[in-house]
Amino acid sequence: MTVYKYPTPLSSEITPKEVFLNRRSFIKAAGVASATAMTSGLALQSTQATAASMQFSKSKYSITDEPNPIEDIKGYNNFYEFGTGKGDPSANAGSLTTRPWSIKIDGLTNKPGELDIEDLMSKFDMEERIYRLRCVEAWSMVIPWVGIPLRDVINAYEPQGSAKYVSFETLVRPEEMIGQRGLGGLEWPYVEGLRMDEAMHPLTILAVGIYGEDMPNQNGAPVRLVVPWKYGFKSIKSVVRMSFTENEPPTTWNKLAPNEYGFYSNVNPTVDHPRWSQKAERLVGSGIFAKKRETEMFNGYADEVASLYEGMDLTKFY
Amino acid sequence: MAQHKAWTFVPSWIVYPLGIAPGIWLFYLAVQNQLGPDPVKALENGLGEYALQFLIAGLAISPLMRFARINLVKYRRALGLVGFFYVVAHFTVYIVLDMQFDWDEIITDIIKRPYITIGVSAFLLLLPLAITSNKLSIRKLGAAGWNKLHWIVYPAVILGAVHYVMIKKTWALEPLLYLAVALFLISLRRFYHLAKRKKRIVA
Repeated sequence: MTVYKYPTPLSSEITPKEVFLNRRSFIKAAGVASATAMTSGLALQSTQATAASMQFSKSKYSITDEPNPIEDIKGYNNFYEFGTGKGDPSANAGSLTTRPWSIKIDGLTNKPGELDIEDLMSKFDMEERIYRLRCVEAWSMVIPWVGIPLRDVINAYEPQGSAKYVSFETLVRPEEMIGQRGLGGLEWPYVEGLRMDEAMHPLTILAVGIYGEDMPNQNGAPVRLVVPWKYGFKSIKSVVRMSFTENEPPTTWNKLAPNEYGFYSNVNPTVDHPRWSQKAERLVGSGIFAKKRETEMFNGYADEVASLYEGMDLTKFY
Repeated sequence: MAQHKAWTFVPSWIVYPLGIAPGIWLFYLAVQNQLGPDPVKALENGLGEYALQFLIAGLAISPLMRFARINLVKYRRALGLVGFFYVVAHFTVYIVLDMQFDWDEIITDIIKRPYITIGVSAFLLLLPLAITSNKLSIRKLGAAGWNKLHWIVYPAVILGAVHYVMIKKTWALEPLLYLAVALFLISLRRFYHLAKRKKRIVA
C-alpha cells in the first residue's frame, strides 16, 4: 500500500490567485472539451482545482427553500483550522492547496485504498442537494451542495461485517492552516464519525461543490461530509481519511465538551445546548429584523431518519 | 497632582457624543445590512465589546493617575456612563432583535444559562452606579459612602468579562484579554493602597 505524503510546494510554485482565476475563466470559455481533457489528467500540473463545470443531476432530497447567496455561504464559516471568527476562514483559507488530494480509506475493509479527488468526481454520479445547514450555534442557511451519496463510496470500498462506524479526519497542515499553529482550543486533526446506518443513509453525501462550482476552500475544499439532519460541526471539512471501525470513534467537539456536544448531535429543538436554547434559529442573511425560524426535529428530515433512532432516549444520546 | 494643559481644556461632555458615535454607526450598518450575513450577532457582540472597552477605560483612570501621573479623572464619569449605555444597548438588542420578545425563553435563559445569568448580574450591579453618577448623589451619600458603593464597578466589570469568555465555544484569546486587563487594573489597587499606607507610616 502506498503511503500518501502531503505535498509541500514552495510558495514560489503556488499559482497566484489572479492567474488562477484568469485561467479558470479561460477554461470556462473554451468549453467542455478542455474541461474533459483536464479531468482526464492531461494538465494536472497545477496545484489548484481543475473542474470548471460539474456534471450533476437534481435530487428529490433537495428542499425547495431559496438558497443563500454565495457571499453568505463563503463569508460566514466555522472552520477553526483557519481561525475561530466567522470571517477568518474566508480571510485565511486562500492558502490551502487542494490538489493533489486523496482520501485514505482504511480500517475494517476488504479494499483499503486511496481515493483520488479526481476519481471521486469523475467515477461517481454527482447530485445537487439543496439542504438547510443548521449550526449548533442556533443559526442556519440554505446551501446548494453538489456531491456524491456517501453510500456509493462506502459500497465501492467493501466494509467488513464487523464495521459498525465510519470515522473521518480533516487535513493537518499547519503551514497552510493558521488555526492549527499554536493553541487553538481544539485538538488536531479534527475528527468526526457516523454510525454505519447514518453513513449509508441516502441523505448523507460527500460534497465537492456549491452552486455547481468547486468547493470554496473556506467551506471545506476539496471534499467534505454533509449530514443534513445533524448540527453543522458533524459535517467534517477537507477530509483526508475515512476508516471503518467496530467501536464508536472519538469526535472533536465531544472530546472538548462532552456535556455540550454528543456523538449523535442530531438537530433537536427539544434538547437545549446547556448554554443556549435550540428551539429556534436565526436565518443567516435575512437582516436584523427578520423573524427567527422554529427549528424542526432532525432539521426537517424526521420522516427519513427518525427510524434510525427508534427506542433511543434522545435526551441521553444528544 | 500635575495637570497637563491640553486635557484641562477639553470638556468632559465631549466623551458622550464621541463615545456613543461608534455604537450609532454600528447600528446604522446593521440596519443597512452591512454587518455580514449574521448582523444581529455582529451588533449584539459589537455593543457588548464597546461596553467592556469603556468600562475598562474607566477603571484605568486611577492607575494612570497614581503610576503615570496623568490626571484624566474628570472624564471618568462620562466613560463609565457611556460604558453603561452600551450595556443597556447590548441587553436591548438581545431582548428585541435576538430573542424577539420571547419572554418565556428570555427568563429561562437568565435562570438556566450561567453566562446570561452572569451578564444580567453585571448589568444589575451597574444599575445603581449609573443612577448615582451625579453630584446630587455624591452629596447625599457622602464621599465615603459613594466611594464604597462605586467599588462595585470592579466585580461588575469582571463578571462582564467572564460573561464574554463563557459565550465562546473554546478558550478564545480576545475575551481572555479583556478579563486579564480588568483583573490587572483591579490588582493595581492593592499596590497603591500599600503605597498609601507606607506614606502614612513615613509621615
